[in-house]
Amino acid sequence: MSAMMAVMTRELRLALRSGGGAGLGLAFFLIVVMLIPFGVGPVPHLLAQIAPGTLWIAALLACLLSLDRLFQADFEDGTLDILTLSPMPLETLVAIKAVAHWITTGLPLVVAAPILGMTLNLPDAAYWWLVASLAVGTPALSFLGAIGAALTVGIRRGGLLLSLLVLPLYIPTLIFGARCVSAAAEGMDVIPAFQLLGGVTLFTLAMTPFAAAAALRMHMR
Amino acid sequence: MTLNVSNLSCYRGGRLIFADQSFAIGEGEAVMLRGPNGSGKSTLLRALAGMLPAEGEVELNGIALADDHDEVQEQIAYAGHLDAIKPQLTVAENLTFWARLFDGGSIEKAKELFILDEIWDRPAHACSAGQKRRLGLARLVVSGRPLWLLDEPTVSLDVETTARFAEIIKDHCANGGMALIATHIDLGLDAQREVYLDPSVRRANTPTRDPFLAEGWE
Repeated sequence: MSAMMAVMTRELRLALRSGGGAGLGLAFFLIVVMLIPFGVGPVPHLLAQIAPGTLWIAALLACLLSLDRLFQADFEDGTLDILTLSPMPLETLVAIKAVAHWITTGLPLVVAAPILGMTLNLPDAAYWWLVASLAVGTPALSFLGAIGAALTVGIRRGGLLLSLLVLPLYIPTLIFGARCVSAAAEGMDVIPAFQLLGGVTLFTLAMTPFAAAAALRMHMR
Repeated sequence: MTLNVSNLSCYRGGRLIFADQSFAIGEGEAVMLRGPNGSGKSTLLRALAGMLPAEGEVELNGIALADDHDEVQEQIAYAGHLDAIKPQLTVAENLTFWARLFDGGSIEKAKELFILDEIWDRPAHACSAGQKRRLGLARLVVSGRPLWLLDEPTVSLDVETTARFAEIIKDHCANGGMALIATHIDLGLDAQREVYLDPSVRRANTPTRDPFLAEGWE
């Protein structure tokens, strides 16, 4: 337990100190969403209609930004070698790193989303579900991203390849997440989409640490 | 505790790196790993640490690496060319992290042995190469593992610290530890036994196992 806390505090410290990139995803999210009204034009009903999808796509891309450093930084400075010799299983390590990534990247998006919803004229009924769907859906983004980050760990400039690998895996989360918000905006039943979104996240949390750890092991052999 | 290595060979990308190495390290023994550049010293150390696949037997304390990977790895402390230091963290934070993760040796002892007192609260990016190396080697002490695999540990250490490090290895061995050290210098350990990696063996041996390359050279 102490070892797990040690890894977690270290991950958070590294993300929050200079060059860690914790604020990067949030800044990207803010800017992309702010740009939409400029591009689409100040048409309130049109913005309200595209708001759920826009917010979700922007959140998804913001999550991708800092993923490529998830294992790469540790690989480059030799830390990953030492971590494989530690008593902690690689699966646990992957899970902790993904949780830390979510805390520093996903969680700020959840908090910032309602404010950005206002700039897109999101209907009042949808605010609560926007926050809920992002809170439930974004952990899946960090965990799925861990697979991509593990697969591309030894590749310089692997960021683009990572996006190509990971974005298709994000589709179910995007569909159900955006559907939650738009259903709430249209006054329809939100629960089915929300349950499916939760289901995808739970499945991801259970499976991806093993997949990502296997990818890391493969890389080291 | 003993390390037995028999007929260890390693191929990377179908190319033979070293062949048929057999040696043993007994309790309290430090063995030098010698050989010219490119003779496979680093690869051998990584293979022993279970970080690369190799053919042949590696047995630590009667447990084969192939049978119980984790059990063998949990006896090993490895220090490679990279120091595994995070520049954003202070020296104290770096070392405390490893100590908590490995839950083995004492931080105070490591701090004293590697003279980390004066740089204790300094961010690691502000440390010199030699100071970083000292911090990297201090990890060996806090890991509390019996078998040390050291890859050129004295690079960028000054003469005084190198001598001090030799003493630390002696001390580790005197307490029942073991060490395999790839180095080009004379560390001044008593009764130095050596394992020599001869690159000419490799040239005489089959050049490749890659079925595509094997045909290509003829």
